[in-house]
Amino acid sequence: MNIFVFVKRVPDTESKIRINQETGRIVEEGLNFVLNPYDEYAVEEALRLREGKGGKVTIISVGPEEALVVLKKCLAMGADEAVLLKDDTPETYDGLRIAKIIVSAIEKKFPEFDLLLFGKQSMGADNAQVPAMVAELIGLPQVNVVTKLEIEGNKGVAYREIEGALEKASFSLPAVISAQKGLNEPRYETLKGIMAAKRKEIPILALEDLGLKEEELISDLEMVKLEGPPPRQAGQIVQEEPDVAAKKLVQYLHEEAKVI
Amino acid sequence: MILVFIEIREGKIKKFSLEALSEGKRRADEMNTEASAVIVGHNLGSHASELFPYGASKVYILENTLLSQYSASGFSQALFLLAEEVKPEVILFPASSQGKDIAPRLAAKLKVSMASDCTETTIQSGKLQVVRPIFAGKAYAALSFKSSPQIATLRPNVFPLQDPVDKQGEVVKKEVVIAEDQIKGKVIEILREEGAELDITEAEIVVSGGRGMKGPENFDLLRDLIALLPHSAIGASRSAVDAGWMDHQHQVGQTGKTVSPNLYLAFGISGAIQHLAGMSSSKNIVAVNKDPEASIFKVADFGVVGDLFQVIPYLKEELKKALSE
Repeated sequence: MNIFVFVKRVPDTESKIRINQETGRIVEEGLNFVLNPYDEYAVEEALRLREGKGGKVTIISVGPEEALVVLKKCLAMGADEAVLLKDDTPETYDGLRIAKIIVSAIEKKFPEFDLLLFGKQSMGADNAQVPAMVAELIGLPQVNVVTKLEIEGNKGVAYREIEGALEKASFSLPAVISAQKGLNEPRYETLKGIMAAKRKEIPILALEDLGLKEEELISDLEMVKLEGPPPRQAGQIVQEEPDVAAKKLVQYLHEEAKVI
Repeated sequence: MILVFIEIREGKIKKFSLEALSEGKRRADEMNTEASAVIVGHNLGSHASELFPYGASKVYILENTLLSQYSASGFSQALFLLAEEVKPEVILFPASSQGKDIAPRLAAKLKVSMASDCTETTIQSGKLQVVRPIFAGKAYAALSFKSSPQIATLRPNVFPLQDPVDKQGEVVKKEVVIAEDQIKGKVIEILREEGAELDITEAEIVVSGGRGMKGPENFDLLRDLIALLPHSAIGASRSAVDAGWMDHQHQVGQTGKTVSPNLYLAFGISGAIQHLAGMSSSKNIVAVNKDPEASIFKVADFGVVGDLFQVIPYLKEELKKALSE
């Protein structure tokens, strides 16, 4: 199987997000960037499919050169190759822009594939748009938010998480799948993997190499404002015997919050 | 026109669809245009009378036997054909599992960008503007659109339902022209957990447990509470999920779900930053924790410093009393 996995570098979940009021952007200084956690499940699934069926796993990221670090991590996990689609435009929170870049790369450079794997969303932009957009632009089936994947020949069955249930969907390859936590338990890099990854070259393709012009990628969205969350006032705290505390709690729910 | 996608599951209109329709109607009034609802499927029956009270002037019913099972490709194609015909200025979806699946596919067909999981909408110079949380609510971005149509998905449990009005409208039934090869993969089965509870993103009350629950068996205490509380569901922190005490479906926070219930009850949850990101947009937050320094108390409207195992039995009794009155 020829599998492509699309990954992104994001601040880890412990990060405190600060906003530069002048630029209206996130302050990147001091943030610890990691491989997007949902992408880890996608990489792991690709490696398991290759181990079961043979083939090749190629990792692709769209972003600045700093993203090479997460590509190296994927190589250290066991991926065969990695490619960076270099895009220095600051985050636009526009999924269509990224989908167009990915689709150009697939069509111009990597037209042979069986499966395109993604994380269900990037942690940060929280858009969950790119997998479905790529599927549409290439004309492929999609199953998003997948917690179980079975491939047999050129047919697949995927279980996707919906509200309070799982949807079981069938599709034919090639297809787009986006991974949800629960799909698998991602492996750690091994020392051998890290050494092997060090020796691997990661080709860098510029947008021009993909025949893309910046004007084709202009976003329909414009960020008007970026703010921190509305501040929350700490409320009343009680420290009393459990029976009294429970009584006061229910009183609060009934009289102040009016939820019961 | 503002077109609102209505999700129907197992023959029922989902509440978050009506929330999106209510919001669509409010914005349509501002734009001096009308809100219309659209449902997609096969043998849909008459849902129109349930949609007129929430502000739909028209209800489009798009049908084809090929749409009897859900597929993002088929549903987005049906919506694409309608959008090409009626040219709505705005298309809204609930940010539900279906809305999130279809909207980007439709946006790509229409070659426009879109905004996901919005918590606020306004009209500025005749166009939609939205606010959406990024970094799971650690920051909020206001976005304006240059495109037409403007496509957005709206987070469940955030937008108020409008008071139902006694109004009728027009039903427009269409047989969708769609070929079998345009359906790319489809749902063959829906598997529901035995006795499955309401999803935490839909619940009005979320009762959540963390590491302080000490073990999976103690989540039965929370199950007792949700049995008492209407429209409630069980949530869990990442440590409770990673320990295997609860399924990931229940996880609240940055690697789980973001929830905005009317009431969030946190038991034995310290309030790690990635957890707070997922629940601090709840309307009321109540926390019970042994540690008076726990971060959860910084966002709680009401906090009890105490042992949850001692508090919950009394809480059950007090709730029973209050609910029976």
